[in-house]
Formats: sequence, C-alpha cells, structure tokens
Amino acid sequence: MTTLTQNRGRRGALWLRRAVGLLATVAATFFGLLLVTFLIGRIVPVDPVLAVVGDRAPQSVYDKVFHELGLDRPLWEQFWMWLQKVATGDFGTSFLTKKPIVEDIRRVFPATLELATVSIIIGTLVGVPAGVWAAVRQGRWADQLVRVLGLVGYSAPIFWLGLLGLLIFYAKLGVVAGPGRIDIAYEYSFTPETGLYLWDTARQGAWDAFGNAFSHIILPASLLGYFSMAYISRMTRSFMLAELGQEYIVTARVKGVPEWRIIWVHALRNAAVPLVTVIALSYAGLLEGSVLTETVFAWPGLGQYLTNSLQNADMNAVLGGTLVIGAIFVGLNLLSDLLYSMLDARVRRGS
Amino acid sequence: MSLLNVENLRVTFPTRQGPAEVVRGVSFTLGRERLGIVGESGSGKSQTGRAILGLTPHPGTATADRLEFDGIDLRGLSARQWRGLRGKRMSMVMQDPKFSLNPVMAVGKQLMEVLRTHGASRAEARRAALEMLEAVQIRDPERVFRAYPHELSGGMGQRAMIAMMLVSAPDLLIADEPTSALDVTIQIEVLRILDRLVQERGMGLIFISHDLRLVSSFCDRVLVMYAGRVVEELRASDLSQARHPYTQGLLNCLPQIDGDRRPLPTLDRDASWAE
Repeated sequence: MTTLTQNRGRRGALWLRRAVGLLATVAATFFGLLLVTFLIGRIVPVDPVLAVVGDRAPQSVYDKVFHELGLDRPLWEQFWMWLQKVATGDFGTSFLTKKPIVEDIRRVFPATLELATVSIIIGTLVGVPAGVWAAVRQGRWADQLVRVLGLVGYSAPIFWLGLLGLLIFYAKLGVVAGPGRIDIAYEYSFTPETGLYLWDTARQGAWDAFGNAFSHIILPASLLGYFSMAYISRMTRSFMLAELGQEYIVTARVKGVPEWRIIWVHALRNAAVPLVTVIALSYAGLLEGSVLTETVFAWPGLGQYLTNSLQNADMNAVLGGTLVIGAIFVGLNLLSDLLYSMLDARVRRGS
Repeated sequence: MSLLNVENLRVTFPTRQGPAEVVRGVSFTLGRERLGIVGESGSGKSQTGRAILGLTPHPGTATADRLEFDGIDLRGLSARQWRGLRGKRMSMVMQDPKFSLNPVMAVGKQLMEVLRTHGASRAEARRAALEMLEAVQIRDPERVFRAYPHELSGGMGQRAMIAMMLVSAPDLLIADEPTSALDVTIQIEVLRILDRLVQERGMGLIFISHDLRLVSSFCDRVLVMYAGRVVEELRASDLSQARHPYTQGLLNCLPQIDGDRRPLPTLDRDASWAE
C-alpha cells in the first residue's frame, strides 16, 4: 500500500511541476501579447489625440493633450505607462460609446461566450460521433455522407446559411425566434448577473425567459456548431482511422472485446488526445466572435463590437478587444495542454 | 481428436491487379503440441495465424475446406460466437508490446478486460490478473498492474502481453514472432516463460517465426512456408534431414561458430517452389 501512495504522490508532484512550467510559459506569452498589442496601437495611422480633442481643436489644446497622453515620451516609457494602466484594468474609454472599455467588453463578451459555448457543444456532440461513424464505415455511404456534410459546412458562406436559416425556420416555419438575444417582453423578467442569458434565467427560475433565450440562440448556435462540426468530424475521422489501424486494436479483437468497446473505449480514448486541441482551437475561434453571424442575427457580441470599433478608429476598444481575444487563446491552449497530460500518461511522465 | 484442423486454407486480398492470394492452400492439424511455422517475410505465416482467429484484415478474405477448432467449425461463425472464442479459448501473442498494448490504458486494466469481457467480476478479474503477472515472473506485479505500457521495458511488456493472452487459460495460443522485437538476452527468458506455461497448461501452440534455429529448438514440429504454401513439414529433431531445397537453403545460410565460410551462402530461389 505504501508504494501505491508514494507513486501517486510522485505523480502529483510531477503534475504540479508541469503546471508551474506551463504558467511560466503563459506569463511569457502574455507579455509578448501585451507588447504586440501596444505596438499595434502605435503603428496604426490613427491619431489618438484627435480622438480626444476632435479635429477642430486649436493647436494649443492639441499640444496639451499630446503631452497629457504622454506621447512625447520615449516608446518604452509609454509602454510602461500603458502596462500600469492595463494592470489596474484601465483600458481607457471608448471614443464611440463614451464608456470604459472594460465595461463595454463586459457587456458584449458574455453574448459571444454564450453563443460560442452552445455552438461548440453542438459541434462536439455531433462532430465527434459523426467522425467516429465515418471512420468505422470508411468508404461506405455513411462516410460519404459525413464527408459531404462536412464539406458543405466548411465551404458554404455562413451569412448565407444564416439568412437561409432565418428564412426557413423563423419566417416560414416559425419554430425559432428571430434575430437578437431575447424578446423585449422577457428582457426585464430576470436580472442579468453574468450576462449569459441561459445561465441567468435558469438560475433565477425564469423558465419562460429561458425558453425564449434558447429559441433565439439555437439557430445561430446550430449554424456555428455546424461550421465547427465540419472541422471536428473530419479531424475525428482521420484520428480514428489512424488509431483503428494500430496493433493494439488487433490485440483487443484477439481478447474478444466487443466492437463498440474497441471503437469507443480503445480507439477513441487514444484519438481524444489530439482531438482536445482541435476542439479547443475551434472554441477559441468561436470566442473571437463571428462578425458575419453576429451581424445576420443582430447578436451584440465581441465580433460586432470589434468591427465597429475598428471601422470608427476607436483604438482603445480595438486594443482592449485584441487583448481579450489573445488572453482567451492563451488560456484555452493552457487548458488543452493540461487536458492532454490528463488524458495521456506518456505526456504526464515527460517534461 | 486434434485441437485444430486446417484444410486448404486460402487468404486472398483484392488489389488493383486482381486478387492476390497470400496463403494458398495450407493444411495441417494441431494437437496439444508446439507447432512452429517458419518462413521469410511475406510467406503468409502471419496471415495463416490471423485467419485461424478470424482476424484477416479487411478487405482480405479467408476460405478453407475445413477449419475446425475443438470440433467447432470456425467458418461462418457470427461476430458474437467469435468473441466467445477469442480471448477465452484461443488467443495470440503479438510481436511488439510497444504497439500491441493500448498506450493510454494501464496494463492491469488491459489484463482485467479479457476476464471482464468473458463475464468475471471485478474482484475476481483483478486477483487473476495479478496472479498471472506473477506467473510470468514479474517481481512486482502490483507496480506493473498500475503501470502504463510506456513505463515498461520491452521484455516486461512482452511478459505482460503473454500474461494477458494466457490469463483466461485458452486451449490454443498463437505466438506471432513473440520475441523478434526483444533483445537477444531477453528472448530466451521470455521463451522459457512461454514454454513453461504452455507445457503446464497443456495448450496447443502455434509459434510463428522467421528464426529457423529458434523454432527447431523450441517446437515439436515445424512447417516451412514459402510464397503462401507449406513446402515442408518435419519433426523439429529431423531438421537436418530436410529435403526441400528451400529449407536446405535456409539451413545452409545459418551462421556457424566453427569454420569461416566465404563467400557467404545465399539462397537461390527456384520459380518452381512457388508453384
């Protein structure tokens, strides 16, 4: 028994050391992200002073603001000042909404988070079994079907699919709600605590509002889910084909293990390791906010906010948004790395 | 009654140039004895072994005039009937434990799976698996039980593989090059373990190898295969009296400790052997 606990303890320590190493990598990556974001803000040909004073201000006012913003100091000093501000959560004020960037992002990001999360759940729940199915029936009609569906999902423009979906399921059949996150009638029947409507309404027991929010989200989420499902199913298929050709699958057959167990336990358990990265990156892609989908469905998310800001040269908002997206990517990469080492004993050992 | 009866076994794979027959009419019977099958790569020895287990890889097909295991006709068994036989009554040790063990499943779990699949309880399976690991002379069965395949050495992994294939006490074991991936020093150890267990339990063993000398010292009878056919069948002790030119050629190529042989003998193939 002692060896057992010792062994477990050693594994725990290794895991911890790995986590610390990862955190160091993340910190370095994050610093790089901050630096690049800052430089983007300095390189784009947008005058931050004009954004503050307007283009009709006299030269004296312009010079005063130029000095106040610290633009006359060396670049590294400006970066340091910006870092100090960012560290306290101050990204400046949006020129467009006249509100702090943090507040803006806090408002738009939950909409994107909710949509992306429902989408990736749909994409994974459909995509992984579809890919497994296609791999098992390689070359037969089931495989062809999944491949064609995947190809369509991958190549059809999403705004077109979105408009078509709205036309059929909203306008003609009336089975889902239209654009927007929720009907105005339900908007005040719950308090948005997190901004994730499904979560908030469910927690507060406002089931009518939940149903309404659900019928609003299901169409755009299905479309985005279809998009990621196309990618996930193709990757699952190829990972599964590689695993099903391995010798240990023959071993399992020799042992008399039933076919479903060979597929879902032996092969998928091995295919799941690289699949984690695929799903995490798809999720990160969705969290950036999909501008087209958000536009078609009038979804007040990050993608729309960023596009608007960029078109209006609202640099503070663009930088804040870029930083959030970068942070999401870094975070999801970290998460998938950790999942990797949980799923695969070989990674757990190596360092 | 013999344990295994094979008559006119043929394994065919469709190719772009038409069907390719890799096993062409192999016949033999096996009692509770050790039968060696030798031959070079591509001679069909591995496919013979897999066909007996019904594991001819897709899209190949195996046909035979007679394929009987302990009175059971193996031709046309349903998937369920096959699963009832495999692992429980017949099993196979494969070449390289690096590939033949599932990398993300602990060794003990893979051992238990054999017994769990055939209806043993968890506690029972665990106990039997640990006992079996001990029987293949693993000193610390508890540790190996919990270990993942990559944490074991090649010899250790192959012992675990043997344990896994023998844990349900099958009647027939096919060993497909079980020592080819191991160091020479470990080969002997693993073979000894295999030999002892097969003897003790009175199993039938088909030992597939390309190593003529190994097979002759380890088996009772030897089949020599060439291009999908059995070209010669002889008692292992009579190997030196082999009559077929291919077997003679192979024997002639074995290195000898005393005597320097130059030029090194090569095997002259005769097209008529493949007929």
